[in-house]
Amino acid sequence: MSVIQQNLSTSMASSASIFIANYSFENNKSTNISIPGKFKAVVKCVAAPERTAYKTKVSRNENMAKLQAGYLFPEIARRKAAHMLKHPDAQVISLGIGDTTEPIPEVITSAMSKQLRASIASTYYADLGLDESDIFVSDGAKSDISRLQVLFGSKVRIAVQDPSYPAYVDSSVILGQTGLFQKDIEQFEKIEYMKCTPENGFFPDLSTVGRTDVIFFCSPNNPTGYAASRDQLTRLVQFAKENGSIIVYDSAYAMYVSDDSPRSIFEIPGAKEVALEVSSFSKYAGFTGVRLGWTAVPKELLYSDGFPVAKDFNRIVCTCFNGASNIAQAGGVACVSPEGIKAMHEVVGFYKENTSIIVDTFDSLGFKVYGGKNAPYVWVYFPGQSSWDVFSEILERTDVVVTPGSGFGPGGEGFIRVSAFGHRENVLEACERFKQLYK
Amino acid sequence: MFKASSFGLMPCKTFLQPKSSIKTEDNGKVKFYHTKVVRNPKLERLQYNYLFPEISARELQHVKKYPNARVISLGIGDTTEPLPEVVASSMANYAHNLSTPAGYRGYGAEQGSKELRKAIAETFYKKMGIKDKEVFVSDGAQCDISRLQLLFGSNMSIAIQDPIFPAYIDSSVIIGQTGDVDTESGRYQNIKYMKCGPHNGFFPNLWETERTDIIFFCSPNNPTGHAANREQLEQLVQFAQDNGSIIVYDSAYAVYVTDGPRSIYEISGAKKVAIEISSFSKIAGFTGVRLGWTVVPEELLYLNGFPVINDFNRIVCTCFNGASRIAQAGGLASLSSEGFKGVLSLVDHYKQNAEILLETFESLGLKAYGGVNAPYLWVHFPGSNSWDVFNEILEKTHIITVPGSGFGPAGKEFIRVTAFGHREDIIEASKRLTSLLS
Repeated sequence: MSVIQQNLSTSMASSASIFIANYSFENNKSTNISIPGKFKAVVKCVAAPERTAYKTKVSRNENMAKLQAGYLFPEIARRKAAHMLKHPDAQVISLGIGDTTEPIPEVITSAMSKQLRASIASTYYADLGLDESDIFVSDGAKSDISRLQVLFGSKVRIAVQDPSYPAYVDSSVILGQTGLFQKDIEQFEKIEYMKCTPENGFFPDLSTVGRTDVIFFCSPNNPTGYAASRDQLTRLVQFAKENGSIIVYDSAYAMYVSDDSPRSIFEIPGAKEVALEVSSFSKYAGFTGVRLGWTAVPKELLYSDGFPVAKDFNRIVCTCFNGASNIAQAGGVACVSPEGIKAMHEVVGFYKENTSIIVDTFDSLGFKVYGGKNAPYVWVYFPGQSSWDVFSEILERTDVVVTPGSGFGPGGEGFIRVSAFGHRENVLEACERFKQLYK
Repeated sequence: MFKASSFGLMPCKTFLQPKSSIKTEDNGKVKFYHTKVVRNPKLERLQYNYLFPEISARELQHVKKYPNARVISLGIGDTTEPLPEVVASSMANYAHNLSTPAGYRGYGAEQGSKELRKAIAETFYKKMGIKDKEVFVSDGAQCDISRLQLLFGSNMSIAIQDPIFPAYIDSSVIIGQTGDVDTESGRYQNIKYMKCGPHNGFFPNLWETERTDIIFFCSPNNPTGHAANREQLEQLVQFAQDNGSIIVYDSAYAVYVTDGPRSIYEISGAKKVAIEISSFSKIAGFTGVRLGWTVVPEELLYLNGFPVINDFNRIVCTCFNGASRIAQAGGLASLSSEGFKGVLSLVDHYKQNAEILLETFESLGLKAYGGVNAPYLWVHFPGSNSWDVFNEILEKTHIITVPGSGFGPAGKEFIRVTAFGHREDIIEASKRLTSLLS
């Protein structure tokens, strides 16, 4: 059995995707495969000299081959698992994958069933002119992003922030909207990358951005933590309007906004004609495992021929999906009850306190720290260093899992994302360890 | 399941109209801003609404027209009987434990919990050599079908049974594998339709079927109720092997099989050519809870030797975030010895319903197929148009069924009757049908 097959077995068990780029099974050939991310080990692949394995005559979807590696977070999980195997006594703390840790408030778990769509509309979009018929409940934003890509089809071109949550780019590749990955600049052909850096205040210079059909925009941002201002979002909406583009606005962290930054894109006049909004209960109510979110598609959002986008999205939802779990939806109804909203604010508040602790820690160590005010993510600058190297070093020397910035795009190189989800004692302990490492 | 009441966007009169641009209101009076984004032409290809929301909408219309009628739905295949207590309480407990520090869980593995994957492999694939890691837990077969289409991409050719559950065709159109529909025949270009009817015992004539990359095969079949026997499945696997094709075997109704194979992997060689999808919906009444699975054997390879499972795993990790952990807890409970007993007695209940309906149609001199290895009856009304029969049954007996042509052109003279329902509704429906049709 070849090493690749063995690799398959272990990594499958630890729920990681196969982190191996293109390869071909050729008997009696020994191939060295280097895993992207400057990981030091080299996997030697030796095909077993057995009888030839039966192959179908079905060609692999070439879009899948364009993807460089596994989805980012299973890779982080794989590395964490490998680390834990290597150091079974280490008290590993995870501030990597943005997974909530605190229990769901009781009021939410003991829910009764009601009308969820209407409640979401009235809770989040009351004065913004959206009603229940504009809300599509889902099993979460990640699934919705892919369903939106299926909706748009392979002929559209997208723009993304750089860095950004990897699902936008990866789903675009899978749908066939992109060309090949260009290794030198670490970008896929045909995607417009809108750089967001300290230099431009983490808001893209729209004058340098080419027109695309769809613009993915996440604010408060994962991973940088930056929340765009009203003025900036007004310019974004204007930009979309001038170009006839559609904004897919990811507002999964809206409830983390502390200042007067907008929470919904629909707070911006004219946005309903150019934007749809994706959101989730994951980071508000701890529903990461329960699976519940929504997408709001205004009736005013029309394709170039006047056909309403919502009608086609409805068709996708009816054909490619069969509804979020009714149990999760019952929980959702409780989330948007008055008591539930209060409870969600408490959960969010708790993670925001964690965020402050992490911000203070890196501040005190003399790092340039971004985000952490309107989002549960802290974006720490490590100038001149490879973020995968910093990730590995932190993991090796402190047993703390973070996420390397380049996993979110080339614009993330030189940064580390520290997520603020964790039990308070773990966050405090992690910060102690950071202080030890970087004092 | 999509509820008709939230179908606010589509005015009734646009149902079943040939493809046309929906005009915005006040056309000509007020200019509405349009983006410059071109509508995905593949969606424009779709002929009508997805079948089941259409049936839902018709039911709603009917109820409005006859507010005092006791409508009985033998239409959309939705389960009706309560969950076994042990299953429901496992989910209630799991949900409640989420509010405790010890019981709280966040993101689960996208492929599903280890325990559930193992339980599925042991319950349904014992002795077939299917490993836990080849089982991917999902939020249901309908979603898995679309994820498989995403996996395959737009360059694949597909074959489907005719008639068939519409999701394979519709998802194929959406992903761009098909051409336009031929309005006369009702068939999409590029799809190979394998006719299944009384003339060939509801199993396709494989010798006259051209090669396609993918063969969707549902058995026990929705809507015909026919379960392929061992010999037929051996033929199918051989056919796939000879052509180097991949079978996507939909076994959602396998537990209803009285006598015969339940899984494609009971056939030798199937692991090299087949993916199997299944669901807790019709096994455990999970139509609203949302839980299913897909098996992708490691031996299933693309032309270039690349394992299909690797790419499917990538899709699952990128386009999905796991089935609800609460649903998974329920799934696990339903596969415990107590749970599974309870679940099988639900299946028995529906099978007995099917028997009652079969007897009814038989006594009326109508040929009803299926109903033995599946919770569907496929009733033949020779020379008729199934939408007319559907309407007449609805108008005169207040019973919802599903017109056969909703499942493909070969369904034109048939009506699908589901056996899901409370016993008293099934008996009442039988009475009404007897009065109407005798």
